[in-house]
Amino acid sequence: MLLEVKDLNTFYGISHVLQGLSLQIGEGELVALLGRNGMGKSTTLKSIMGLVSPQSGTVVFAGKDITGWAPYKAARAGIGYVPEERRIFPELSVMDNLFLGIKGGRISENNDPHVWNYERIFRHFPMLKERANQKGKFLSGGEQQMLSIGRSLMGNPKLLLVDEPTEGLAPLMVQEVRNVLADINKAGVSILLVEHNLKVALSLASRVYLMGKAHIGFAGTVEELKCNDEARQKYLEV
Amino acid sequence: MDVTASMYAAQAIHGIAFGMVLFLIAAGLNVIFGMMGILNLAHGAFFMLAAYFCYSVVAMTGSFWAALLIAPVLTALVGVFVERFFIRKVQIMGAMGELILTLGVAMLILGGVKFFWGTENLPISVPPVLEGMVHIGALDYPIYRIFMIVLALVVLAIMTLLLYKTRLGKIVRAAVSDREMVNALGINVPLVFMFVFGIGVWMAGIGGVVIAPILTVFPGLADQVGMYAFIVVVTGGLGSLKGAFIVSIIFGLLSSFGIQFFSQLAPVLIVGFMAFVLAIKPHGLFGVKE
Ligand SMILES: Nc1ncnc2c1ncn2[C@@H]1O[C@H](COP(=O)(O)OP(=O)(O)OP(=O)(O)O)[C@@H](O)[C@H]1O
Ligand SMILES: [Mg+2]
Repeated sequence: MLLEVKDLNTFYGISHVLQGLSLQIGEGELVALLGRNGMGKSTTLKSIMGLVSPQSGTVVFAGKDITGWAPYKAARAGIGYVPEERRIFPELSVMDNLFLGIKGGRISENNDPHVWNYERIFRHFPMLKERANQKGKFLSGGEQQMLSIGRSLMGNPKLLLVDEPTEGLAPLMVQEVRNVLADINKAGVSILLVEHNLKVALSLASRVYLMGKAHIGFAGTVEELKCNDEARQKYLEV
Repeated sequence: MDVTASMYAAQAIHGIAFGMVLFLIAAGLNVIFGMMGILNLAHGAFFMLAAYFCYSVVAMTGSFWAALLIAPVLTALVGVFVERFFIRKVQIMGAMGELILTLGVAMLILGGVKFFWGTENLPISVPPVLEGMVHIGALDYPIYRIFMIVLALVVLAIMTLLLYKTRLGKIVRAAVSDREMVNALGINVPLVFMFVFGIGVWMAGIGGVVIAPILTVFPGLADQVGMYAFIVVVTGGLGSLKGAFIVSIIFGLLSSFGIQFFSQLAPVLIVGFMAFVLAIKPHGLFGVKE
């Protein structure tokens, strides 16, 4: 297992947002984490990343217990984070946004085809290349999403945590983002994907977790979910 | 040219030199506020501490130049220590915690200074090469004031390069808008902020050292000059370097020409100017609204 989350309990003040949540992701897998609004999907990603500190439970990544590590340490261990709000740096150029994604500011083994560098990012995101010198704040929503993904790839993560990447995008752009995620996963990056667009999620993932309030209600393969009307009704349909 | 013209020229240079030093101190304050959101009430105290360090280094080595190198760095190290072990601990309490803490640090430094150096005025002399006047055209200019202006410009150039050309600068500018995201990219943000705090205090320290030979060193220094730095920052707009620059130079000129013509009224002119600006623009000349 690349990532093993066990029995996580996370609080915001007194509200108990994750109640004994467990999930796993294998090497090279793309796993979807789905559920209605406010169930705790984003909080799950934040707890893994160290952006919120879980009160109890463990997060083991690549054999290391990283529970409660500062975000920068989790990132250095090999986890990339693509947040719900994209959070690109508005005052920095596209190039500089990518630059800050590089760990330590220098790409080692630049000519290794498995290493993410500017060239490879621009091959996957041609629209970023055209806007390389524009400030982040002048990008469209879709471009910002691409930049957010590209920026985290510059750190050469083993695992990407991606939170609602298609939210608010036009249908064509949704398809672009979907394809990019498929490519990245094919290139060997494991992905934990939180997504409201069921079609996109199920077309990408091999396994699915459905969240009910603060817990995992269903875990299984995409095929298993397709056969399970009850789980779909209980955790997905509005 | 006659004597009066020469006198005005010298007065203008005095004013600009004082303004530039004010700007160094205010810029340090602004760097810390603009980048970390901390209003460092101990800033004036750090400035004074550097002047005392300068006195001691000169007393030990006999060299003003050694003091110019060592004293601001020593002061910055004290600043870094304060950030690492105190300010960082109260950050979860928000601005109020930081204000109270840095005010406490200011008092601590004041007490420490009186304890170790006493309360009397300690003189530092201008290094011999910087004494006297230089003749440019028909006028005489005091060399030390020109040195102050040049030094401030050099420090500002270094700061600009650091902030716009280096990775550190990019990190800092990104962290201003979203420090959590910077952290999530694998950058040790607390360490970067500790460094930024050190740089801000270092700038105050340079100010303390260059002003020491013209004002003598005494425990009221923090209040006298440190307070001006705060007024500059508030009048120019919190976080605005451009505003701080303009206001610093205006203050410098007001104080030098004010002393010339109104003597006791110079401080009144400065505070009056602040009141005037804030009455029209409550966020300062270049301040942004919350
Ligand atoms: N910073 C916060 N402080 C307090 N409560 C929060 C905070 N962030 C989220 N919550 C609450 O925690 C619960 C889980 O939030 P979370 O953002 O993890 O849900 P989500 O599944 O990602 O929802 P969505 O699909 O809308 O993004 C919600 O009830 C939310 O209101
Ligand atoms: Mg969410």
